[in-house]
Amino acid sequence: MNQKELAVIRGTIRSNRRLDIIFAVAGFIALLVGVMAFVTLFAQMVYTGWERLNPDFFMNFPSRRAANAGILSAWVGSLLVMLVTAVSAVPLGVAAGVYLEEYAPKNLITDIIEINVSNLAGVPSIVYGLLALGVFVYAFGFGQSILSAGLTLGLLILPVVIVATREALRSIPIHIREGAYGVGATRWQVVRDHLVPYSTPGIMTGVIIGMSRAIGETAPIITIGALTFIAFLPPMPISGTAPFVNFEWLWSGFTVMPIQMFNWTSRPEEAFQQNAAAAGLILVFMTLMMNGVAIWLRYRLRKSISW
Amino acid sequence: MTTTNPTLPTKAETRDFSFYYGAFHALKSINLPVVEKRVTALIGPSGCGKSTLLRSFNRMHDLYPGNRYQGSIVLHPDNTNILDPKVDPIEVRMRIGMVFQKPNPFPKSIYENVAYGLKVRGESSRSVLDDKVENALRGASLWNEVKDRLHAPATALSGGQQQRLCIARCLATDPELLLFDEPTSALDPIATANIEELVTELRERVTILIVTHNMQQAARVSDYTAYMYLGELVEYGVTDDVFMRPKKKATEDYITGRFG
Amino acid sequence: MSASHTLSQGIESMDVTTVSDRLSRKVVRNLKERAIEAVLFAAASISVLTTLGIIWVLVSESYHFFEHVPIWTFLTDTMWTPLFSEPRYGILPLLMGTLTTSLVALSVAIPLGTIIAIYLSEFASPRVREVVKPFLELLGGVPTIVYGYFALTVVSPVLQYFFPLLPGFSMLAAGLVMGVAIVPYISSLSEDAMRAVPMSLREGAYAMGSTRFQTAVRVVLPAAISGVLSAYILGISRAVGETMIVAVAAGMQPNFTMNPAEPAQTISAYIVQVAMGDLPHGSIGYQSIFAAGLSLMLMTLFFNILGHIIRRRYREAY
Repeated sequence: MNQKELAVIRGTIRSNRRLDIIFAVAGFIALLVGVMAFVTLFAQMVYTGWERLNPDFFMNFPSRRAANAGILSAWVGSLLVMLVTAVSAVPLGVAAGVYLEEYAPKNLITDIIEINVSNLAGVPSIVYGLLALGVFVYAFGFGQSILSAGLTLGLLILPVVIVATREALRSIPIHIREGAYGVGATRWQVVRDHLVPYSTPGIMTGVIIGMSRAIGETAPIITIGALTFIAFLPPMPISGTAPFVNFEWLWSGFTVMPIQMFNWTSRPEEAFQQNAAAAGLILVFMTLMMNGVAIWLRYRLRKSISW
Repeated sequence: MTTTNPTLPTKAETRDFSFYYGAFHALKSINLPVVEKRVTALIGPSGCGKSTLLRSFNRMHDLYPGNRYQGSIVLHPDNTNILDPKVDPIEVRMRIGMVFQKPNPFPKSIYENVAYGLKVRGESSRSVLDDKVENALRGASLWNEVKDRLHAPATALSGGQQQRLCIARCLATDPELLLFDEPTSALDPIATANIEELVTELRERVTILIVTHNMQQAARVSDYTAYMYLGELVEYGVTDDVFMRPKKKATEDYITGRFG
Repeated sequence: MSASHTLSQGIESMDVTTVSDRLSRKVVRNLKERAIEAVLFAAASISVLTTLGIIWVLVSESYHFFEHVPIWTFLTDTMWTPLFSEPRYGILPLLMGTLTTSLVALSVAIPLGTIIAIYLSEFASPRVREVVKPFLELLGGVPTIVYGYFALTVVSPVLQYFFPLLPGFSMLAAGLVMGVAIVPYISSLSEDAMRAVPMSLREGAYAMGSTRFQTAVRVVLPAAISGVLSAYILGISRAVGETMIVAVAAGMQPNFTMNPAEPAQTISAYIVQVAMGDLPHGSIGYQSIFAAGLSLMLMTLFFNILGHIIRRRYREAY
């Protein structure tokens, strides 16, 4: 190739490269927009809500006077609702994932279930709220209770748990299964003794991500009619006297963190905005912690795979 | 094979060329000439570094972190050391074409695949593109098979046709050197024969460096052969000599099938 | 008693008992395996029951609603005031609110998400990617009520500073923040799709002398287009169904307009508004939220089906 042709090629490359640089800058700016949005959001909440973050805020019921209002009933409610969600979604999701990955024959029913799971992931959360309102609250008569809310969120995160379980199972190589069958284990023994234990970190990642989504969900819980002003606590699940455990709390009215925040956000008074910011901070902190743990778990998992 | 004239010009040569994957010394001071308008074959057992050497010629290793070149690969007649950090790898790749082990047509139409390199070079004239696409497809003896469906997706072609399309894709931009990385290893015997025939035809137009682990293929298509083992160039010479009268015992063992 | 005697006796008796023993144990084991499989199947069927439940609830309550309100009125009336003393039941204002906020959100989320995905997949170093990807996931995990608060208390005032005529509640503010909230979904799924494009295609493009940008846009993106479009579809579904951001920041008045600078109510925000009050079970106001929910569901269903068609049409062919 002679110098002239080379010069032409170099000119072309130079102009092609210009797009590279422009795009790299665009990508950087796009990322910056995301980062800046988050930083502003966080900084604004810290700035506004910081002084409300004292022990009283956690130990007080909501109040008409912003300065006295707290999140006691909200965080207790969130905790109890999450408990119901975990107890319902984890066993169901893992069982469904195990069935689809290890048992399901290739047939129409399996196909329907699979398509269904992937479609459910795209259903707006407020529609789950309507489902719960019609089914749990009225048809089953659970009322506007912690039980209804927990089950609703359980259904909502079920696809997340199922998908995580399936992916975790799929990553276990076939020779582990063959080894277990080879020593005479039944299908269930292979699942119980090998597949589920080995996929636990992967399942946990999915469960935590699902739970962190559930804890921030507002719309479906408003839809089933959670009250926004709750100045009492549900009966405690554990008591000092026999039989030590009771389930009355399941039927109790309740509120949760995001609803409390929504309630305060929709008030015009400045003072309530402070409360909203403080509640938001706690909420963001909780979801970030949970997501962080999940990301860390997955990272560990990727590093420690040893088959 | 053509009788080879020792005074034929070299198109490219490696000088004291070494290559490292991280700490692993994959190629050890290789000195290999590539004769212009001839076919040079790289043979040797798996893992001997023949593909690594080939991929160095168009700086494919730049795409992955941790790779390091040492020494030089010089492209004639302008004596450019294509490994020089000052030399743009994109410029190198515009001058040197490459055909891969598995056919890798882009998920576009047949026409768009062949026109791709021209468009990257800024060519936009429809008539120029049409001409060059047709010429390239003819050059890769694919024209007659696809001329009626130029705008069909390339992925609908058979494996052998896809590989010839990938060759046409390179030919369209008139490369000075064409690299083939085991181009028939994913193809059936008939498609393989077609590609081999094509390589033999192409040597009139373009300098070719081909990696193969099929020794018969090397013997059939190449004018020069280089035998590599464990990252070193063991023997290089006119193909007939390397196969009939190998100078080194190691080469003879490999060629006669006693090893590898 | 000698040891050998007991041993031989033991062996003799074993011959008789173990055969029947093993047989019965096998029967029990098979029964147990069957039972377990049935339980697991039941768990997997819950998802189908959920779907059926959703359809049943929405359709049956909407049916009662449409006994009072003709479908034609529902689809064409330009007023939505079910809780007024002279109620009007036209879904159009809510529909326009939903579409407008979604359009604003997508015009932020699709370009931003796509650029970030291409950047992470084709430009960024592995180290940058390792830091940024988890960060984006964290961003996707922030509760939407927090984004709503952000839209109302930060974005609206900032927008008002630049456009003094903008009201405190606007579809613009809600939509912009919703866009930021959706970016992680689009970028993460698109990036996955692009990373799944085999390296051999990239090598082919680079070997032709392409720059990074040319490789990314002319080869990798077209090869991953089915996954990228799926990501867009998911983003659209999210935008249409998003509730809290619009409920907080877009206003609560149904408004027959597609002007993003105005406040308006979306379908989802209406459901929230009604659910916050105390409507008696079985009243028409109660039924109206199911009719609204059915409309929402049909919209997302439409986009889901569109997604399936697109995926089938542009299935990866590498």
